[in-house]
Amino acid sequence: MSDDIFQGYIGEALEILKRFSVRVWGQAEIHTTRGTFDGTVLPRSENDDDQHIVLKIATGYNIGIDIVTIKKMVETGYQKANYKIPEKEFPYSDDKPNVKLFGTGGTIASRLDYRTGAVIPAFSPGELYGAVPELADICNIDTEKLFAVFSENMGPDQYKILAKSIGKEIANGADGIVIGHGTDTLHHTAAALSYMVQDSPIPIILVGSQRSSDRPSSDAALNLIHASYAAGHGDIAETLVCMFGPTSDEYGFLHRGTRVRKMHSSYRSTFRTIGDTPAATVTREGLGIIKQQYKHRRKDRAAKIIPTFNEKVTMLYYYPHMQGDIIDTLVDTGYKGIIIVGTGLGHVNKELYPALERARDKGVSVFMTLQTIWGYAHMFVYDTGRDMMALGVVPLGNMLPEVAWVKLGWTLGQTEDPEEIKKIMLTPINDDITEREPYNGYLVYQGGVPEVEGFVRKFRK
Amino acid sequence: MKQTEAVKNYEATKKAIGYVPRQKAKARDYKRIGFKSGLEVHQQLKTKSKLFCRCPAGIYHADDEFDAEVIRHMRPTLSELGEYDGTALMEFKTRKNITYRLNNHSACTYEVDDTPPFHIDEEALKIAIEISLLSKLNIVGEVHITRKQYLDGSIPTGFQRTAILGVEGELQLKKKKVRLIQLSIEEDSCREISDIGHERIYKTDRLGMPLIETVTHPDMETPDELAEAAEYIRFLNRSTGKVRTGMGAGREDVNVSCARGSRVEIKGVAHNKWIPELSHNEAFRQWALLNIRKLIKDRGLQANNWKISHREIDFSMPELLAPQLREKLDQGLKIVAINIPKFNGLMSHFMQPGHTFAHELIHRLKVIACIERPNMTHSEDLNPLLSEDDFTRITKWLKAGKKDAQIILWGPENDIPTALETIEERLLMAFIGVPEETRKSFADGTTIFERVLPGSDRMYPDTDSAPIPLSVEFIDSLGKNLPMDIAERFKQMKGWGIPEDTWKYLLSKNMIPLIESICDDFGYTHKFIGSFLGHTFKNIEGKRERHKNFSLTKIYRLFRYIKERELVPGIAKFMMPVIYEFPDMQFSSVLTSIHFRKRSKAEIMAPVEFLYEKFREHTSEPDDISAINWLMGQIHSQALGNVKLAELSTDIQRKVKQENQSHE
Repeated sequence: MSDDIFQGYIGEALEILKRFSVRVWGQAEIHTTRGTFDGTVLPRSENDDDQHIVLKIATGYNIGIDIVTIKKMVETGYQKANYKIPEKEFPYSDDKPNVKLFGTGGTIASRLDYRTGAVIPAFSPGELYGAVPELADICNIDTEKLFAVFSENMGPDQYKILAKSIGKEIANGADGIVIGHGTDTLHHTAAALSYMVQDSPIPIILVGSQRSSDRPSSDAALNLIHASYAAGHGDIAETLVCMFGPTSDEYGFLHRGTRVRKMHSSYRSTFRTIGDTPAATVTREGLGIIKQQYKHRRKDRAAKIIPTFNEKVTMLYYYPHMQGDIIDTLVDTGYKGIIIVGTGLGHVNKELYPALERARDKGVSVFMTLQTIWGYAHMFVYDTGRDMMALGVVPLGNMLPEVAWVKLGWTLGQTEDPEEIKKIMLTPINDDITEREPYNGYLVYQGGVPEVEGFVRKFRK
Repeated sequence: MKQTEAVKNYEATKKAIGYVPRQKAKARDYKRIGFKSGLEVHQQLKTKSKLFCRCPAGIYHADDEFDAEVIRHMRPTLSELGEYDGTALMEFKTRKNITYRLNNHSACTYEVDDTPPFHIDEEALKIAIEISLLSKLNIVGEVHITRKQYLDGSIPTGFQRTAILGVEGELQLKKKKVRLIQLSIEEDSCREISDIGHERIYKTDRLGMPLIETVTHPDMETPDELAEAAEYIRFLNRSTGKVRTGMGAGREDVNVSCARGSRVEIKGVAHNKWIPELSHNEAFRQWALLNIRKLIKDRGLQANNWKISHREIDFSMPELLAPQLREKLDQGLKIVAINIPKFNGLMSHFMQPGHTFAHELIHRLKVIACIERPNMTHSEDLNPLLSEDDFTRITKWLKAGKKDAQIILWGPENDIPTALETIEERLLMAFIGVPEETRKSFADGTTIFERVLPGSDRMYPDTDSAPIPLSVEFIDSLGKNLPMDIAERFKQMKGWGIPEDTWKYLLSKNMIPLIESICDDFGYTHKFIGSFLGHTFKNIEGKRERHKNFSLTKIYRLFRYIKERELVPGIAKFMMPVIYEFPDMQFSSVLTSIHFRKRSKAEIMAPVEFLYEKFREHTSEPDDISAINWLMGQIHSQALGNVKLAELSTDIQRKVKQENQSHE
């Protein structure tokens, strides 16, 4: 017997399965000191202990049997699971826009295998059509799986490949691009593509889901419908993130790739535009433009693809009494750019000054962003700010910390000249720094206040 | 068909299938139709918190007490064969907007599926394992949280988190053993506020409260056995003293079938006393459907070449528009007339008391096509909407044959295609027999269609929760303090001589432990305390308003007080009503309020001589018996609690005898 037939079992649990010749997917009768249990032996997650055997019983539930209680096991049958998702041919039509869907690894749509509990991703057009048939009413979809990585493992290499692939699709005549992506670093990728693909004639929409698509109340299908609409029919030819507006199944927001941030670990409406309003709302009926100034869809195929990135860039989240040796170490290990996430208007303690001076002298570019997330770095207000600017620390206005990190990596990929770097960093691209913050750019309501409670009750969440 | 004929046909078919009312049904009737039934008993656990979040459990709100609303839709997920399964398809057809009302006191972000589950509530898990042990189930070694899909929206995630704690147990009823399939712990669902058209509204106060579900094998062969099993499980759950009681805390799903019928689940029966009537009617409903299948076969109809036809009635056909129909068009609704070949006599076929086969269609139209009732009339309506002439005009226009039946249905334009599909689908099911479905129950013992019965293919592991190991030591420690088996309790009460008419009450209120502690600690007999609780206390409970501070421990304290003050225990009967309404009053004040004063027997007996004199003075022909009765009446209120009345009576008799002798 090869170990493959004991999928996931280790140690003592594996020993006992071997002793009684019972395989994973085997029908087993397990006699224990707590009575007899019947069911199919399921694979076990490798991170779980070696003291239990997992059984799916006739009613569909899973249970675990404590191996200490097992007296005897008999395999009475065997049926191996077979994962396969049914494909239905995607109904293409000439009068619908052509949208290219890139996969990066997250599950956009999926199907459940009830027998095993496995979630099988749906990705090919046929599979997608089987899972979200409404897509066929919106556009023609062509898909391409670029990587198979989790969101947290996306990085500069993937950004570059994505940018080039988008460039190719633009040239090929696509009417819109949708990128399926895990949500944790969705905004990092959105920022990267905002810099690497500029002046695109078509919308580039990043989309994910906060509840996996195997759940009946998942936001995945609706997000995908909204994203496909925005990509195929929308007039905003920018890099945008498309996710739930409210937590209710009502409408999606389109957020600029340089101004968006994941703000809650689990809410559906986790993505928010920071320091501004979202670009638009989206439903399957159309876009509701919020920001009147945007780049319109064009017929031409001209786009600038700048797929560069220098990985020697880091981000430093400041805390009180931070010591200079951290910065010294970064400089000594070859980092060329540091984004500081400072307090208040953009401050760090005096103890860091010598290290910052040393960094400047060694040609390391240091920029200041804010822990407050909202608002501008104003380093002229206090002496400390002015002192730091004298040490070469450059405030980045209201650029978000993650966006600044991406932009610096992208910039350093093009030049190592500190002046040139500073110039690129301070030149606004796709609203990464805005000239003015609208009065409704900062809205964080606090529960408990009667007016807010009244609003929430009336307009839902 | 004329209305009178339809009524006649309803009665004739009722007779043809051999329907007997529940009161007259004998065991042989159930044997004849092959009655078979099982139970799924839901019981809320008395815990501080909900099961997977730390919201308080047991806080309920009125429908309009909410702080926010969230809207969701449930999407069917593909099943094994790449097809949507029955329930999923139905729920998707209904295209419901589901609104959840949230109140900050009873719900957090977990309830609306915006936060993953927290660790399972330890208190709930322990109670549930105790009940599993009491139910003689084989306890699992590791608890796996599973997701069970519900697409009706009653749970915002679209699935219920549930886990098996034990499998294969048994209960000993009076005459038979009932086998248990399993016991699971799960989170309770939302409470529905309304379901009108395409809008369904739920409140989330009950959502997530810990619940156990005990599932029996379909071992019950009569409605009485079913009721007995339901009572047994209720008593067993309550015997732990760790479950909730009151409205909605215990709910039964009753699975019923008749021979060659199908499993039909009657959902959420709130009172055990409804179970016999509901299961009785359901078994006969299936029996009636099988008769319809036979009639269809006898008429030579075959599903593959049989088809309904329909035509729309609009403003361009004034000759067909009776005012009742014109009114529908004026409301902006569409009207469709349907001809059903060779179905004459089937629409008014008996189903349940007051329900015909047509009701199966009416209720599906409401649930699946979301068209509110009244949504149709038909050629055999027991309460016809149209006059016979008006209906005949439409029948002729449809070019219907004499043996055909007709339906006229109306509803919003967008819902008409689903309505037509629903009608055709249900009619075709009549060719096969009894569709598997869940049904909603009513107090009159009838049920209506609720939804298609979901398959077992709707379970999958909850990837948000790790398995929870249950060590042998942990399970054994929970097994140490279990209450006594319910079957044993019955024997015990019999042995104590507690009157049988109190047994159910004592068990359902879990009062045996109270009886035991009062008797053990103060030496009263079980029979006396049992009767006191089962008769006297129950009577007070039925007549008076219970104060919120009243609890059963007050009764324990009452008997302790009676013992310590050396009162006669019969005084409890007079003190109890006061304590029930004013539990914060001191016992001494209670005694004052019933005009009690501590007296010795001599003190009480002292005026007897004088009183007897009075009696003889005012009575023309004094005899001993009336003398004794009159004397008892004069002094018994002073004697209460001080002297046993029987003892007092003996003393008075003796006194009267003495007095008589001294006078002679």
